[in-house]
Amino acid sequence: MQLPQPRGPLSGAVIGALAGRSPLDTERLVSRVDGLPEGTDLLTDDDLHLTLWVLYELHYRGFEGVDPEAEWDPDLLRLRRAIETVVEAELRGRCAPYVAETLGDTTADLADRLFTLAATFEGPSVSRFLHREATLDQLREFLALRSIYQLKESDPHSWVIPRISEAPKAALVELQYDEYGGGRPERLHATMFGDAMEGAGLDRTYGAYLDRVPGHTLATNNVMSLFGLHRRLRGAAMGHLGAYEATSSIPCRKYAGGVRRLGLPEVVAAYFDEHVEADAVHEQLAFRVIGGGLVESGQATAEDVVFGAVACLLMDAVAGERMLDAWKSGRSALRPGLPELPVATTEVLAVAEAPASGVPQAPEPVTLRPGEALAPSEKVAV
Amino acid sequence: MSVLDTPEPVAFGDRDVEVTPCPDGPLLVRGADAVRDVEGELHATTRPVVAVCTCAKSQRLPWCDGTHKVVRRKA
Repeated sequence: MQLPQPRGPLSGAVIGALAGRSPLDTERLVSRVDGLPEGTDLLTDDDLHLTLWVLYELHYRGFEGVDPEAEWDPDLLRLRRAIETVVEAELRGRCAPYVAETLGDTTADLADRLFTLAATFEGPSVSRFLHREATLDQLREFLALRSIYQLKESDPHSWVIPRISEAPKAALVELQYDEYGGGRPERLHATMFGDAMEGAGLDRTYGAYLDRVPGHTLATNNVMSLFGLHRRLRGAAMGHLGAYEATSSIPCRKYAGGVRRLGLPEVVAAYFDEHVEADAVHEQLAFRVIGGGLVESGQATAEDVVFGAVACLLMDAVAGERMLDAWKSGRSALRPGLPELPVATTEVLAVAEAPASGVPQAPEPVTLRPGEALAPSEKVAV
Repeated sequence: MSVLDTPEPVAFGDRDVEVTPCPDGPLLVRGADAVRDVEGELHATTRPVVAVCTCAKSQRLPWCDGTHKVVRRKA
């Protein structure tokens, strides 16, 4: 991936330093972060969240022409820490009322409370809009926005694997194995998303639309990396995973409906179909066995798990509101600038019908002849 | 007409299938190669663990699609 265009003094300084153009004045940058002007929205600010996203990306795939050693550069880490501190403090403050409410309800077990939280959290319905109203351009903008995370889908939660043990670890690995295609590269969810982008006539290159993605959407991804990269936040990472999965099945059915309404190729709908079924499994694993299990076994606190779940729901609500505001007032939800989204001509879409990497199989269940079955030996657990 | 009361997990070969009921939710079935639906039809799967619908409201039977959450809330 290329380094992105700067969006302000912080990202300008960091991107300039990574490109080798100018030395990093860490002292000055850290004090700038500590003294951000009143009124800076710490959960959506473009300059702040692009800077954090770039610093996190050094731990994922990095940037062309940037020394891999930058990942552990003490000055960059110090700046990252300063940004994380203000973002986490803001996030905790905004989440606190919901966390207290969920923790205070002692009538149900933790997993049930988390399911209720996810089902009742107030937020705009991006999925309803995409299902019923969105234009083809709006749906393609949605894919471009989502690509920032979906092309590295599940990676931020994988950081937690070596930090937990026993049943929650087994369940997390089982969940991630499914996310990573169960051993079949064409079923890697990130690859299926790339196929869906290609099917919609978009560039599937990792980070291709970074310059067009606003701070609010970068921030949703940054929160995942924040939770994933800090062992102390492992409970929050897993609460986040649960809330993400628990708000996925039903919306994905609607996204698939919108994709079909707009006549995009089946490969685009296939990505969302896959998530209807997969995430109905994952939400149970994530809230019951992983989140609930970490708390029961003393590997995380209920407060951390609930905080992570609320953070996921809150960040999605904030970003979703901005997207819908733009679309409903006839504006683009992307930042102005380059690259342009390729024009979705019938020609582009027809070419996209057969992506070079192969169209993944739609996850329709295959019916076997009943005679092939062997009797199961069943074991009922729990 | 139904052949079975509930969907039934099926494994090919000598292997344990683990079934975990989720409160107000699906059955988590681990280690199955297929699930026989209430009509007697077999549905193959390659997932390590699948969620089998128990509310009969799923649009992807026999698999859970999360619909029980909506049904439960409206009830």
